[in-house]
Amino acid sequence: MMKLDAKIPDGPLAGKWDRCRFESRLVSPANKRKFQVLVVGTGLAGASAAATLAELGYQVKAFCIQDSPRRAHSIAAQGGINAAKNYQNDGDSVFRLFYDTIKGGDFRAREANVYRLAQVSNNIIDQCVAQGVPFAREYGGTLANRSFGGAQVSRTFYARGQTGQQLLLGAYSAMMRQVAAGRVTLYPRREMMDLVLIDGKAKGIVCRNLVSGHIERYSGHAVVLATGGYGNVYFLSTNAMASNVTAAWRAYKRGAGFANPAFVQIHPTCIPVHGDYQSKLTLMSESLRNDGRVWVPGKTGDTRKPQDIPEAERDYYLERKYPSFGNLVPRDVASRNAKEVCDQGRGVGDTGLAVYLDFRDAIQRDGIEVILKKYGNLFQMYERITAQDPGSQPMMIYPAVHYAMGGLWVDYNLMGTIPGLFVLGEANFSDHGANRLGASALMQGLADGYFILPYTIGHYLAEAGAAALSTDDAAFAGVEEEAGRRIAALLKNRGTGKKGLETVDALHRRLGLLLWDHCGMARNREGLEKALALIPELRQEFWDRVAVPGSGQELNQSLERAGRVADFMEFAEIMVQDALAREESCGCHLRDESQTAEHEALRDDANFSHVAVWEYAGEGRPAVLHREPLAFENVTPSQRSYK
Amino acid sequence: MAAKTITLNLKIWRQAGAGASGRFEAYRLERLDTDMSFPEMLDVLNERLTLEGREPVAFDHDCREGICGMCGAVVDGIAHGPAKETTLCQLHLRHFQDGQTLTIEPFRAKAFPVVKDLVVDRSALDRVIQAGGFISVNTGSAPDANGIPVPQHKAEQAMDAAACIGCGACIASCPNAAAMLFVGAKISQLALLPQGELEREQRALAMVQAMDREGFGNCTNQRECEAVCPKGISIRNIARLNREFLRAAFIGEPLK
Ligand SMILES: Cc1cc2nc3c(=O)[nH]c(=O)nc-3n(C[C@H](O)[C@H](O)[C@H](O)COP(=O)(O)OP(=O)(O)OC[C@H]3O[C@@H](n4cnc5c(N)ncnc54)[C@H](O)[C@@H]3O)c2cc1C
Ligand code: FES
Repeated sequence: MMKLDAKIPDGPLAGKWDRCRFESRLVSPANKRKFQVLVVGTGLAGASAAATLAELGYQVKAFCIQDSPRRAHSIAAQGGINAAKNYQNDGDSVFRLFYDTIKGGDFRAREANVYRLAQVSNNIIDQCVAQGVPFAREYGGTLANRSFGGAQVSRTFYARGQTGQQLLLGAYSAMMRQVAAGRVTLYPRREMMDLVLIDGKAKGIVCRNLVSGHIERYSGHAVVLATGGYGNVYFLSTNAMASNVTAAWRAYKRGAGFANPAFVQIHPTCIPVHGDYQSKLTLMSESLRNDGRVWVPGKTGDTRKPQDIPEAERDYYLERKYPSFGNLVPRDVASRNAKEVCDQGRGVGDTGLAVYLDFRDAIQRDGIEVILKKYGNLFQMYERITAQDPGSQPMMIYPAVHYAMGGLWVDYNLMGTIPGLFVLGEANFSDHGANRLGASALMQGLADGYFILPYTIGHYLAEAGAAALSTDDAAFAGVEEEAGRRIAALLKNRGTGKKGLETVDALHRRLGLLLWDHCGMARNREGLEKALALIPELRQEFWDRVAVPGSGQELNQSLERAGRVADFMEFAEIMVQDALAREESCGCHLRDESQTAEHEALRDDANFSHVAVWEYAGEGRPAVLHREPLAFENVTPSQRSYK
Repeated sequence: MAAKTITLNLKIWRQAGAGASGRFEAYRLERLDTDMSFPEMLDVLNERLTLEGREPVAFDHDCREGICGMCGAVVDGIAHGPAKETTLCQLHLRHFQDGQTLTIEPFRAKAFPVVKDLVVDRSALDRVIQAGGFISVNTGSAPDANGIPVPQHKAEQAMDAAACIGCGACIASCPNAAAMLFVGAKISQLALLPQGELEREQRALAMVQAMDREGFGNCTNQRECEAVCPKGISIRNIARLNREFLRAAFIGEPLK
């Protein structure tokens, strides 16, 4: 039976992190090199952790799926990274960043974790600047900031529209320096297939070498998962193609609690789906809503060109419904309303699944030069993909799955329910509650990797000791065999000439649609129960009918995808169960049954002020729900209102 | 968005593995939506091959947004295809004519051995970065960020260079398979910033040495690299690399 102890230090909020560090055991400098740490994932979280652990003297092995650690999904983040520097002197502080983050998460995150995040945010900026990250600057040479995602202070640091790229290259270069120093060994084109436990502790992983197909064993004194988010369970998302749940899911099946799997963020401003061959969705920065006006035709079935629809027949529905916030309502409200007007048949474009984001008035007011100065690169990006110029006709946008707030449960030390298993970045559930604020994922990934894990892992290692490691343990052999069996099962239809086979992508797409329809922005009991009945059927179909060509002994991209989709097929079930169990609207999600008289989301603190943590109960048995209650001692949960 | 469709004839390099010999295979794809991206077209082909029980074409890709640097192939002799400053994943079929034949092959260079079909091994680039593409600052020892002012125009220039996505197109398109644009971009980014000053000479010498060690060729000013770079990295960075190297060779201490 799983025990959830968040290990939050006692004492006042502002002193908790100091206290934790003071009370943590230390590994002496001379002993650090005796410890081997496996870091899976080289995004912001993994690369920063690997670099810092190696600087401290630990031996690190770093794994990633891509051909180079620099290509992790973090590279795609555009907008920026928050920190409480208050360089703009506009009233920001650690407490304000903490408050905004916890409120933005709709009071479903731990106070202590979020406060620590705000505290270390400033160190991150210092570190990145020292590494040579070319952040935007003012004329005087100081750092520039912008306000992002509706924040009332300018606390977002950015490097053009490529902030994630620059931060990742900073962390990557720090890690490469440690590779040269012999303290980090890189294992690119490796996919973790499973976690190995010895005496109940995380002691190793089993990987597939994606080039040779060999199953490889690696042992360590601790295992760090920084494997990113699971948004691709919906098939279409803004995530990179290889983003997956496999590593986290395998850890779950070995006993790690999975927290809040239903919490997924759906971003309102993405380029709409344009065909059934489509493989991914492209995010358009939400800064566009600062000047663009969102609208659809007032009546259904209006197929006129946007410029032919007179003002009186347009419905600027966000401005109409939310007069004080208008087009700048939070992501979830904007997304939900876009879906609603499209469901009413008022959507635009070929598919009817899009709304307009119109710059006409802003261009008339400020002139095209001013607008292009602000959004030129975004306009170009849009035009490159759609062949339409947003300067002369409105953009079309639609919501898309973007970020997973849910993830493996971790305590204050970032350790999961399996001793020795640490989880960082988007892969854990920690800091964003039921909704993540813009520019805070990069902050969290780097906070975890540079400034939190390096201390907390020492405490664990000091206690656990540096006993000799070996991959000869029977546990490795067992796990390796299971991985081999799974691969064989995925390949079983190959060359059989069996009729009615489907490709991995086709099956994945069906899973995605099912989830989008029943476990998307708005959810209800009926739909969720329906999904719970359909998922096992689809999973069965997957195993019966999946077409995976080639063999396991070579580079086989179909096999790689099939393994990830097989895990999504299982994971989807706890996601829907979690959504069903949470009978409140909160953060990103509306439960139809839980609304105010004005059809706005209604949170239910009396019954749901907790983290929902799912425990694996064995094949064919329903997962067990545990609850970690959330206590608010420094802020008072308020209901959000954007009217 | 346009619902225009075209037919394309593809000649794709197929090679089973690193040691195997390769050859071109022809495929005809009909009714391709011109809003489709290049990798989406390859997806369509691969779905078909899979259902026919044939081997799909292996190709690298991940972000499909032009930023991770994972994708890349040579299309009709041009790395990343005909659209300027565009990665293969951001190249849409509207750039091609109905009935056109396209020859698609992997990035070729001595330092980039083929792994399978269009997939190549670019780990040499990581090793060049290991030689010196960083600023040596341990986590925790950084001064306050505004304690290191950087003139705006320098920061912008550094950012221009830092935009490199490490795809390797510059190398694949260079007749000498030189990595000067890639290395020049990193050297420039760090040389332009005050933070990079301390290790300037050491970095230039070490990265150039690593570049030679990996089997990359020398720059003879062909400018092909700049022409295909999806991020518009300028060959001014190569000039800066040469200056940095010469400067280091004259005044720097010899490499340890
Ligand atoms: C388009 C886009 C824009 C964004 N913009 C912003 C922004 O402006 N600001 C912000 O704060 N956040 C933004 N985000 C969110 C943010 O980018 C991510 O949450 C964050 O980068 C995740 O970092 P990570 O280190 O946790 O994981 P990732 O960067 O996803 O890295 C995961 C790593 O794990 C590896 N991996 C995964 N599975 C396995 C396995 N089984 N075996 C081995 N290795 C594995 C991968 O190879 C990779 O190296 C954006 C996200 C998207 C999609
Ligand atoms: S797939 Fe990332 S740059 Fe093309």
